[in-house]
Amino acid sequence: MTGKFRTLIATGALALGFSASAALAQTELRMTWYNDGIEGEVMQGLLDRFESQNPDISVVLDVVPYKAIIEGLPVQLAAGEGPDLARVTDLGGLSEHYLDMTPYLADTGYWKTNFGPFLKWLDPDGDAINGFMTQLTVTGPYVNKTLFEQAGVALPGKGATWDDYATAVNQVADKLDIPIPMAWDRSGHRVSGPAIAMGAKMFDADGNPALIDDGLKAMTQRLYDWHQDGTMSKELWGSVSGSSYLGANEDFANAQVVMYMSGSWQIPQFAETIGDAFDWWAVPAPCGPAACTGMPGGAALVGMAGTDHPAEVAKLMDFLAQEEQMAEFYGKTLFIPGHLGLAQGGVDFATDDPRAKHALATFAGAVPGISPVAFDLQGYANNRVMFNALISRLNEAIVGELTLDEAYDRMSADITKALAEKSRQ
Amino acid sequence: MALQSDHNMGERMASLAGAPVRLLFTVLEPPLAALQRGLGIKRMPWIFLLPNLAFFGLFVIVPLFINFFYSLTGGTQLYLDNRPFVGTEQYGFLLDCQTYADPQTCREDRFWKGIYNTSIFIIFQVSFMVLFSLITALILNREIRARGFFRAVFFFPVLLSPVVVALIWKWILLRDGILNAFLVSIGLDKILFFVSPEWSMFWAVFVSIWAHMGFYTLILLAGLQAIPPDLYEAAEMDGTSKERVFWRITLPLLWPNMLVVIVLALIKGVQIFDEVFVLTGGGPGTATQFIVQYIYNTGFTNQVQNFGLASAASVALGVALFILTMAQLAATRRKDDV
Repeated sequence: MTGKFRTLIATGALALGFSASAALAQTELRMTWYNDGIEGEVMQGLLDRFESQNPDISVVLDVVPYKAIIEGLPVQLAAGEGPDLARVTDLGGLSEHYLDMTPYLADTGYWKTNFGPFLKWLDPDGDAINGFMTQLTVTGPYVNKTLFEQAGVALPGKGATWDDYATAVNQVADKLDIPIPMAWDRSGHRVSGPAIAMGAKMFDADGNPALIDDGLKAMTQRLYDWHQDGTMSKELWGSVSGSSYLGANEDFANAQVVMYMSGSWQIPQFAETIGDAFDWWAVPAPCGPAACTGMPGGAALVGMAGTDHPAEVAKLMDFLAQEEQMAEFYGKTLFIPGHLGLAQGGVDFATDDPRAKHALATFAGAVPGISPVAFDLQGYANNRVMFNALISRLNEAIVGELTLDEAYDRMSADITKALAEKSRQ
Repeated sequence: MALQSDHNMGERMASLAGAPVRLLFTVLEPPLAALQRGLGIKRMPWIFLLPNLAFFGLFVIVPLFINFFYSLTGGTQLYLDNRPFVGTEQYGFLLDCQTYADPQTCREDRFWKGIYNTSIFIIFQVSFMVLFSLITALILNREIRARGFFRAVFFFPVLLSPVVVALIWKWILLRDGILNAFLVSIGLDKILFFVSPEWSMFWAVFVSIWAHMGFYTLILLAGLQAIPPDLYEAAEMDGTSKERVFWRITLPLLWPNMLVVIVLALIKGVQIFDEVFVLTGGGPGTATQFIVQYIYNTGFTNQVQNFGLASAASVALGVALFILTMAQLAATRRKDDV
């Protein structure tokens, strides 16, 4: 063996050793994520940038179906087997599993200034910094404006009520033979905004859940009637059971629906799938006697308390939460920013689609008009208990298994039972 | 000469292939022989059953007890040691009814609706499944053209995943599905199958039969082929009618297989979940929400995951299955005794 060859072998072994030790020293973080549109790709780009700046940390983006976030993740977290970070929508419901990043953040003031009101959604009973909103959402309807124009029916203007819209969409559907005049996402969250507009208070004077009142009854009665008279198709809400979510986005995109009650998160998807095939038009939340409001909401990226690497999680979150990254994320994904600085300064959304721009302006413009009751409900940790009871029992009334009065009794009983179970520790 | 060479080659290959088995026996023989000397030959079967029993105990019996303990606890914590003991409260909640025949009078109406729906489902599904499987097996047992092809065709759906089966049928049955396109093409109106409770239950039963019938047909076909042909020849010589042959020879001799089919179909029927969950989601309302879906929803899909109540419901389901199986076995024994 020559001296040169020996040197080569030794150098190779040394390099292998160094790379192996570097690999061993690298911290791997796992982020559980779901997609509404292209946000997974945008997030991956940001993670790649973070990794290039922090070679000792690698981040694996685990993209899962939304159902896994709602049903699987809570069980994983309860078992102590959760990821290091996750994108969640049950903001307050999972708060016991979130990591308080306060001790690991260099500038907590930045977080409180820019994410202040939303931090409370993540930690209703405390002042922890758990994460940031990847999107702020507002519920509200879209209409197929092209169908209105073709039918020669005037689009209801500012201040229009749900009844005005119901009349108008039926006229359009009748004239053009459209199968579904109006469709709503099958979700208690979606029903809550219009119910609050009708005067629903959602809580009693002591702040305890009080779902059933005249306001809620006014809206649920309308939804019941619309399903019986064909304004809404039973096929959407009636074809599943329990609290299962069902969207009508595909029917709307296929021009089978005149008006679709959903929310701002559909914008990127409609820009992609509908494009300029017809004018999909976001309209302001229809009014009731109490307000013209939708429900706020959104998704947040949070660190998890069960992580073995809290400092690295906080480092990643701090990187992602900076204005530069946030502006890129919201701009590319067409999400309403959950960053107050960007919300005030404006985001340069990466679209030339006038429909998308109009929708973004409509939903962003709706934020100041959101009822305080809606904010309280969104911030309530057990709001999903109320949403689930509302949608599942209302559905049973719509398909004829219960009367509306029986459904109201069942909603109250379901909420009482669930909260009693939760409080029993 | 060449034949002889091939034969020797085959023997050598077989010998080579059997070498590891011979080696295993050689290694195992001394300890097993020692064990047999110690335990006695009568206890040796338990040694051979031990791996399977250990596996069964670990993954079936132990979870059964864990599940039972969960049913005696409350709260939302996952681990047993964090959960408060509530005794039989969860069972009391499930069984709190004014009239058991009317789920709406029960505190936990969905549990009873699940039981009611499951009962309706198994009555129709098991009856028609056994009937159609028997008819199909009788046809496939005859000398018909392309018999092998038809046997494969009827068995093919069994190989499909339940989710795939449900998705295929969902595409067929949706508002803009193939079946509605056909109905429109012959001048009929579209039918919204999944909006009607009756249609939804019908398709739940139909799809389940379609998916599983091949398996039961195969069991019955095996039973039919095991019936000695000379019995039929003797009956033919006696001029016995075909109906009498069926009732007096075929059905009695096929009865053990029929019983297996009925018991298996009944157990599978009570456990029905995946196909119907994907096909109808349990809807409309709760029209096709079966007991297993109730357990799943209670334990996992609600924000407040009520593991205690879900466990109590699954214990109740287990008891029902146990009683059904015992009743079936008792019926068999009586039949055998007669």
